[in-house]
Amino acid sequence: MANLDSTTTASAGTAVTAEERRQRVKKSLGARHRKERLFHGLGITAVVLALGFVGILFYDVLQRGLPAFQQAQVTVDVYFDPEIIELGERPVQAAGQSPADYRAALNAWLRDAALANWNLVLETSIRNIVPEFQGSAREIAAIIDSSQRFVIRDAFTNDPSLLGQTREFALLASANADNWLKGTIDRSLPDARQQLSADARALADDLLERGEIRFAFASHLFTNVDSRSAPASAGLAGAFMGSLYMMLIVIVLAVPIGVASAVYLEEFAPKNRLTDVIEITINNLAAVPSIVFGLLGAAVFINYFRLPLSAPLVGGLVLTLMTLPTIIIATRSSLRAVPPSLRQAALGLGASRTQMVFHHVLPITYPGILTAAIIGVAQALGETAPLLLIGMNAFVANIPSSPMDQASALPVQIYLWQGNENRNFFEARTSAAIIVLLGLMLSLNAIAIFLRSRLEKRK
Amino acid sequence: MNTLIITALILAFLGIAYQTGSSRSRALAGTSGRRLHSRPSYHGSAIAIWTLVPLLLVLGAWALLDSYVIRTFITWYLPESLVAEGGNALRASIARVEALATGYGVVGEVQEFERTAAQAVGRFQTTAFLIVVAAATTLAALGLFYARKRITPQFRARNEVEGAVRLLLLACSVVAILTTFGIVASLLTEAMRFFSFVNPLDFFFGTVWNPRFSTTGAGGGGEYGLIPLLWGTIQITIIAILTAVPIGLMAAVYLSQYAKPRVRSVVKPLIEVLAGIPTIVYGFFALVTVGPFLASFGDAIGVDIRATSALTAGIVMGVMIIPFISSLSDDIIRQVPTAMRDGSLGLGATKSETIRRVILPAALPGIVGAILLAVSRAIGETMIVVLAAGNSPVLRFNPFEPTSTITVSIVNQLTGDSDFAGPQSLVAFALGLTLFVLTLVLNVGALYIVRRFREQYD
Repeated sequence: MANLDSTTTASAGTAVTAEERRQRVKKSLGARHRKERLFHGLGITAVVLALGFVGILFYDVLQRGLPAFQQAQVTVDVYFDPEIIELGERPVQAAGQSPADYRAALNAWLRDAALANWNLVLETSIRNIVPEFQGSAREIAAIIDSSQRFVIRDAFTNDPSLLGQTREFALLASANADNWLKGTIDRSLPDARQQLSADARALADDLLERGEIRFAFASHLFTNVDSRSAPASAGLAGAFMGSLYMMLIVIVLAVPIGVASAVYLEEFAPKNRLTDVIEITINNLAAVPSIVFGLLGAAVFINYFRLPLSAPLVGGLVLTLMTLPTIIIATRSSLRAVPPSLRQAALGLGASRTQMVFHHVLPITYPGILTAAIIGVAQALGETAPLLLIGMNAFVANIPSSPMDQASALPVQIYLWQGNENRNFFEARTSAAIIVLLGLMLSLNAIAIFLRSRLEKRK
Repeated sequence: MNTLIITALILAFLGIAYQTGSSRSRALAGTSGRRLHSRPSYHGSAIAIWTLVPLLLVLGAWALLDSYVIRTFITWYLPESLVAEGGNALRASIARVEALATGYGVVGEVQEFERTAAQAVGRFQTTAFLIVVAAATTLAALGLFYARKRITPQFRARNEVEGAVRLLLLACSVVAILTTFGIVASLLTEAMRFFSFVNPLDFFFGTVWNPRFSTTGAGGGGEYGLIPLLWGTIQITIIAILTAVPIGLMAAVYLSQYAKPRVRSVVKPLIEVLAGIPTIVYGFFALVTVGPFLASFGDAIGVDIRATSALTAGIVMGVMIIPFISSLSDDIIRQVPTAMRDGSLGLGATKSETIRRVILPAALPGIVGAILLAVSRAIGETMIVVLAAGNSPVLRFNPFEPTSTITVSIVNQLTGDSDFAGPQSLVAFALGLTLFVLTLVLNVGALYIVRRFREQYD
């Protein structure tokens, strides 16, 4: 605005004519307009950069993660060879046999079934497809995920009549074979640096060419739990259940408590010391770093109350305390948006304050409260750091059946997978898990936005 | 089993009490010929409250005391030498007896005193449960009869119920205070225990961070200097702010002053998507995409940039806080009175001149407040730095090198460790306390600035 200043000071002087002034303004005008365009351009650049980050992040995650939803599967006709599986009939509970005896007999039978050489069953089945393959059993085992022998065993123990018969199975290829076939590993690396031996690689290529290996949707990603020994079969089910339990706890605890305190502070609270302190602490709590809540959980819930480590119960409690301020603040603002005339009308007709709040004010704010709850839950769903401090990053190989069981959570599973040594395979896995998490978060947010827009229209 | 009995008990009393209250008040209204002060449902609720509160108080007290009482009871049966010794052996032995009492059995041979203790505990638990249930039932019944006697046409049942509701609401809002108290108390007590191992001066002014994990638990040497972590935190925060402020501020200016309403309504929520992305996702993105990109970019221009470095973590964290800066600044810019803006435009200033010379200076305190809030976010952020900063707690001034922060060290010291015996895990609480105080000061400062600024134009 230096130019503006000079024109104004010039006009204050006496010797400048109007014509001269116009000339001066005109002369500086070009430069000022250039600056204006530059500034405008900078604004657009900033917006484009910000949106560009969103775009690049989503594109990057999608492009890395989508391949992991496809998994190489070997279609094999498995022959349950009675010569390899030397097993008698599955015991049946005889009349008069006590349940304990039956259990013992069944367990013995199951133990024998577990001891059968399932690797050999798999190996012969594969050799039947490629009779000319001369490589060792190890190479065949290397391209099939090590969990798959249990798949066959379980199929057999559930249906012992399979003995001597043939049934088709779609078995998961091992992580290394999957990498090799997808090209996520550099194919030109020398033998010494490849995960699979040359024979195994050739076998995998051969099977793919014959159409015995196909890429199918990796549904086990959603139905299996995490696995260390058999990476290809690792899935999100355990973490998903852990997250679900925690969200349930957050919904059951944080939403009612949050709404109740918002109602108290907004509608009933007298202006005194106590309510001032409550207000200030809620605002401060909203800004406390999440990891501090993790420290609170570790010290109070785990060390003092001796609640179990790695349990969704503790995680849920920590996340509840963390999301409370969010829910309180959002609920208060939607309570504040209710027109005072409504309150006065209710009071004027003889309703008590409590009746006014619970019968008239609160029902109007339901969409707003729901929005607040969803935002709070979405925030809790994505939180990782406090969960690490209460041990939810422990490896858990079961789907938790109650909130007291050990479990993981979706974001923690992402953290665990990104640290896995099998980089080539788990980078895609991690991105796939991120896609699932982002999908959940975005749908939650979409619901919140939809509710908010409906609320705004009604007003 | 016990849970089932207790639930049934509560539900039964709830039903009986409510039914008694409402039917009695109805009958009264019919016979006395007077109008009752409250409607029957309020009478029912009032009795229900009088019945359930004593019931729940007794059960709650038992739930809190239960395990403590049983443990004390067990120690009576254990050999005196074991009790006198205390520590892990005693704890293990109590756990064995408890396991025996539940009927699951334990590993190893069961000793005679353990068996007798377990049997005694089994009997004690049953008796105690019966006593508690009996006490709770008696109190609940007393409450029921007392409240039933109070039902008269004049009885203000509604006011009583509403008072109870209000108390409940107040109790809910006190949770925030309790949480803050819990945070402060746990951080302080554990940090105090840490400072009994390590001199506070060595902690706050030490320049070496090397918490040597030792298996011996207590004692265990190691150097706990905060300065390298503090510096790492500050370094990453500076980079994040340098990334976020120009972009966030310009985006806010553009969206509030230049953009058409339709553009704004699309772009604003899109930018806010950045705030909703979990930080673990940012961390992964920094680790696998931004880091390698920066490293190869550094190669291209001849600078040695490590893939996991303060720069990587800082830039990605900056992206994360863009929406905080942009939406807070947007709000503040919109609060500048239009008269000021129109006046400037009317004098012939261009739009950008108005923004730079009139609007931004007027909004400055608010923007500073917004930046302070963003700084406190950056200081407390964990997952991005855990993944992308390289975890190298050494005092270094080159932002292209790996570094470590307070939050990273908290995670490293406490992950999977629940035994707060040695300074190795306790130091996490001292670090947490530092972090808590830092962010608290920043937030209070930011709120103070924002609030003072707002009053100017109201």
